[in-house]
Amino acid sequence: MRKNLNVIAAYSIMIGLIILVGIFQSWNIALSIFNLCLISAVMTMGANIQWGYAGLINFGIMGYTALGGLAAVLISVNPVQEAWSVGGSNILFSLFLIIGMVLAVRYVLKKYEKSKTRTYIIASIIILGIIIIRFVSEPGIEAIEEVDPAKTGFLGGLGLPIIFSWIVGALFAGGLAFVIGKVALGLRADYLAIATLLISEIVIAIIKHEDWLTRGVKNVIGLKRPAPYEVNLQQTDWFINLVEKFNSSKLNLISDFAERQAALNQFVIEGSSVFVKLCYSGLFLVVVIILLILTQKALYSPWGRMMRAIRDNEEAANAMGKNVVKQHLLIFVLGSAIVGIAGAMLVTQDGLFTPGSYRPMRYTFLIWVMVIVGGSGNNFGAILGGFAVWFLWIEAAPIGLYLVNLTTAGLDDTHALKIHLIESVPYFRFLMMGIGLLLIMRYRPKGILPEKIEIK
Amino acid sequence: MDFVNAIILLLNYIFVPALAYGSQLALGAIFVTLIYGILRFANFATGDMMSFGTMFTILFTWYFKSLGVSLGVLPTALLAIPFAIIFMIGYMLLIDKFVFKYYRVNKSPPVQLAMVSIGVMFVTQAVVRIIIGPSDRRFFDGEKFLIKAGEFKEITGLNEGLAIKSTQVLTIIVTLILVSSLFWFLNKTKTGKSMRAYSDNEDLALLSGIDPKKIVMITWIIAGILATIGGALYGLDKSFKPFTYFNNMLPIFAAAIVGGIGNPFGAFLGGYVIAFSEILLTYAYRKFFMYVLPESMEPGGLVQLLSTDYKFAVSFSILVIVLLYRPSGIFKGKVL
Repeated sequence: MRKNLNVIAAYSIMIGLIILVGIFQSWNIALSIFNLCLISAVMTMGANIQWGYAGLINFGIMGYTALGGLAAVLISVNPVQEAWSVGGSNILFSLFLIIGMVLAVRYVLKKYEKSKTRTYIIASIIILGIIIIRFVSEPGIEAIEEVDPAKTGFLGGLGLPIIFSWIVGALFAGGLAFVIGKVALGLRADYLAIATLLISEIVIAIIKHEDWLTRGVKNVIGLKRPAPYEVNLQQTDWFINLVEKFNSSKLNLISDFAERQAALNQFVIEGSSVFVKLCYSGLFLVVVIILLILTQKALYSPWGRMMRAIRDNEEAANAMGKNVVKQHLLIFVLGSAIVGIAGAMLVTQDGLFTPGSYRPMRYTFLIWVMVIVGGSGNNFGAILGGFAVWFLWIEAAPIGLYLVNLTTAGLDDTHALKIHLIESVPYFRFLMMGIGLLLIMRYRPKGILPEKIEIK
Repeated sequence: MDFVNAIILLLNYIFVPALAYGSQLALGAIFVTLIYGILRFANFATGDMMSFGTMFTILFTWYFKSLGVSLGVLPTALLAIPFAIIFMIGYMLLIDKFVFKYYRVNKSPPVQLAMVSIGVMFVTQAVVRIIIGPSDRRFFDGEKFLIKAGEFKEITGLNEGLAIKSTQVLTIIVTLILVSSLFWFLNKTKTGKSMRAYSDNEDLALLSGIDPKKIVMITWIIAGILATIGGALYGLDKSFKPFTYFNNMLPIFAAAIVGGIGNPFGAFLGGYVIAFSEILLTYAYRKFFMYVLPESMEPGGLVQLLSTDYKFAVSFSILVIVLLYRPSGIFKGKVL
């Protein structure tokens, strides 16, 4: 109990802050912050597995998040029958061609010794393949994109419940990580960082511009929900009764029936959105807890010990007969898969998929700030980092506004400097993140909750 | 005649823009490579440092304009750049003193320094946006075109026009002057040689009495000059927007690595490799083939290898290929 005191204290402060937001701003805001904190926590756990356990730098978090989001679209949206009938066969044929191309390249790689000729053969297979695929897919893509472009213009998905996409998102992200890992894991740390950053940009470029698959920048809106809709809730009897019970003390003060009904309506509307958010919180909390248990178990298992050994001294671990390359690949895939889950969760919560919103600042670097600030190598630290940094990220604007008002209190309201500063309040969050990261790196390089390894 | 038209077409849409864009990338890539070679970390704040320098250029340009000073046909920004450089160098040295020095003295691993540079990236981005705002700004003035497409057509009587923007010529000339004086400095002067020695083998350089503090300071000064001029040229040619500058970090990194990180000459060429491949692969060659091929063989589609949406993806793919087959870059890296 005693040794976990700082963990408990840190988490109580965090929960306390969110409750304060609930009391002073509104429960709606508090819950949306809490939900995004939970999603951030999943992302940081993924990044923490790679960086904290194995020392692998992965700046491609944005790409995996977007793939998770893509999974949510492909799983939950109903298939667009018309698009399938006009272009489906072309797309499927192209898919087979791609598989055939990959197999051919693999065959050449296995069959022949490394030589210049082999490189040329592979290059020509790939170039030829791309040309053929473009010829095959182009009419299909054009046909698909012409099917009611204002509403669909893409193939749609499978029409399954969106919850499944959390698993599929993990598979997508893990699959991408497998390919990237095969290619890039041999690189030095900073090269790996740059390579993953650039690859994630390529993923985003593809998602943004392949309209037949993702609708691109036209966005996919109105995704299915695992939680009830507010509008439906507002008309359900048990929910209205529940709200009435909750607010009975306030309602009883109002004697007039019409007024009372109006007040109740207001409570029901507010209550419904809080209730929906609570449903999401519950779902997300389940994911976070399951992942936390799994990652903690892994950390203290022989496998976790091996990972730390590899992280701390690669050569020594290699000399002890541990397969460093294979383990690195494994952990790269696992961590990325977790980030993919978070990506699908994020799209599930928003109910929309906006490829244009994936930017490296928000989805890669911010997550890294969370991991570093929270404490790399420590799952509780990573989760706390996710909570604390996201909380600051959201509340930075009000805090910035307060600070600006405080420092420029002597100035007139119409003073140009004051107006300018108030307009630039949203950017104070970058400043706070940066300074926070620099301070933590300098004075507490192991994060708020440092890695603690107990030898049992 | 058709053949000349085709050549002019390529010059107008591929060669000139790629040369200008490549020069801008090259300056950034040399910046990355210098920091990597001497301070030994990948600087993720590259794009934002460039936007910081450009911001000061814009502020000084506005100031000079308000005073009524201008350079006539040349953009006023040229006058502002030296002043911006002074501020930029001040900022660089300040950051180094308060942030990077601690880790350098403690001999932290490069990864940690890269993380710290992310912190600097956040702060710089915030400062730029707080001071000048996130919106798109154009600060070009003076004569816009050196050769206008219409005039060119009239003079030569060709179907295709060749338009050369003055900013493109300016970019290429300034880059050539700057890069050649930098190479002269690195290869001929004593300080430059000691910088190369320090980059090649730190311990040996220290043993032979090279002052590391001086080396680091000069590196930041050169980096400040490169970042400000590179950023200002890009801003003059296109426009200044903090987010675009942040994104430009990616092709710049690609250029630096393709050229062999740590090798300034490689970075210089890498900039052009990236720029040319981006434009060559995303250009629609339909018109070109219409000129070159006989009418019966005219292509039906756009004859575009990749849609322009994948411009960035091209440079990154090149980078990935280079990393796979020649991890030290096309020109051997890690020697300054």
